[in-house]
Amino acid sequence: MGEFFRVALAVAAKDLRVEHRSKTALVSAIAFAALVLVIFNFARDAAAVSREALAPSVLWITFSFSGVIALNRSFALERENAALDGLLLAPVSRSALFLGKYLANLAFVFTVEAVALPLFVLFFGVDLTGSLGGIVLTAVLATTGFVAVGTVFAAMTVRTRFAELMLPLLVLPFLLPPVIGAVQVTARLLAGRPLSEIAGWLRILGFYDLVFVTLCLLLFPPLMDE
Amino acid sequence: MLFADRLERRFGAARALRGVSLSVHAGECHLILGPNGAGKSTLLRLLAGLARPTAGSVTRPGGRRSIGLLSHQSQLYGDLTAVENLTFTARLYGVSDPGGQARARLAAVGLAERADEPVRGLSRGMVQRVAIARALLHGPNVLLLDEPFTGLDPQSSELTLGLLAAEQAAGQALVLVTHDAQEAWELATHAHLLVRGSWAFGGPREASLDGFLRRCREALHG
Repeated sequence: MGEFFRVALAVAAKDLRVEHRSKTALVSAIAFAALVLVIFNFARDAAAVSREALAPSVLWITFSFSGVIALNRSFALERENAALDGLLLAPVSRSALFLGKYLANLAFVFTVEAVALPLFVLFFGVDLTGSLGGIVLTAVLATTGFVAVGTVFAAMTVRTRFAELMLPLLVLPFLLPPVIGAVQVTARLLAGRPLSEIAGWLRILGFYDLVFVTLCLLLFPPLMDE
Repeated sequence: MLFADRLERRFGAARALRGVSLSVHAGECHLILGPNGAGKSTLLRLLAGLARPTAGSVTRPGGRRSIGLLSHQSQLYGDLTAVENLTFTARLYGVSDPGGQARARLAAVGLAERADEPVRGLSRGMVQRVAIARALLHGPNVLLLDEPFTGLDPQSSELTLGLLAAEQAAGQALVLVTHDAQEAWELATHAHLLVRGSWAFGGPREASLDGFLRRCREALHG
């Protein structure tokens, strides 16, 4: 078991180091998030739609689409110089490789979200006092599941000719359950509704995480064998 | 050390390999020649375990750990330094003292002074030497090489040849795929010609390169 986590941490550390050096995906994901927030802010008709009504959807559109940009780079860096062959040749568990890539992607998407959230507050003037903890918890629960699914699909599409196009097409349907749940929770948190109203949605997000993280750990090895 | 038994590989209706067998023992160097599309790279991927044969089998007595692969792509991360690339590989293979071993391997290929430079900034010849160091880092019994001299200048080719000769002398087996027999003729103990997915001929190397090339031409053009 120690070997399993040692390999996973080595892969995650390598991915984060590569991104730290290049910063290409991080910068593009954050720039995309900022752009989405600016566009929604200026495109909104203040007389027709209130900020409070639009804000939860905008926040989660921003998080999920910039998350997909982040996931795209996960295996793109393995395609350069056929580095993926080097990974797959190593006598290590494929599930450990998945866990390493997953941990790096989680760190990466959380970073994008951590930058996007203050921008969201800035552009939408939303008061997060009292709801920040709940929104962070929701982000953690929703992101945990969709990043696992995205990591598997990124691995599946890396050897296709149109990987950048295929990943959003495949992963977005699987993003619907956590994004819908997260929007519902965020809307209630921003409206100051009681915890009892969001507990059910949080349980659904937790269940999604449990099912899909487990499935992805099991599905990744056979997907990588050919 | 490495045994392939009647390997077949299909891609849809196309048969890339048709019943190819190969036995590789310690200290041998098998030179595999063939025109483009003959199935050379497919054969190496099957031997390495990166792809599964449609039929037949590959036996690696030492498991995946016993194989080193040097493909025509370096398998290195351009944004990492040479030593970071090798340290990462050492960690994957559970090599003790990964950082120390990585530096020692880079010193062995004459790159101690460039160890801390990003791979992206190194010349093609240097990248190839880092890739060789990477492939040898975990002490494999068999080294699979796919066109190792492609794109190298004469000096780098000579250096690469010297490194491979040293490994062979130490008992390592080499399987070397190329379309230019002259480059690695000195190393070869066996030479094979692969045409349209099956052996045209092969066996212990004959004395004369010219004779071998003449047989290749006859097999290819009748």
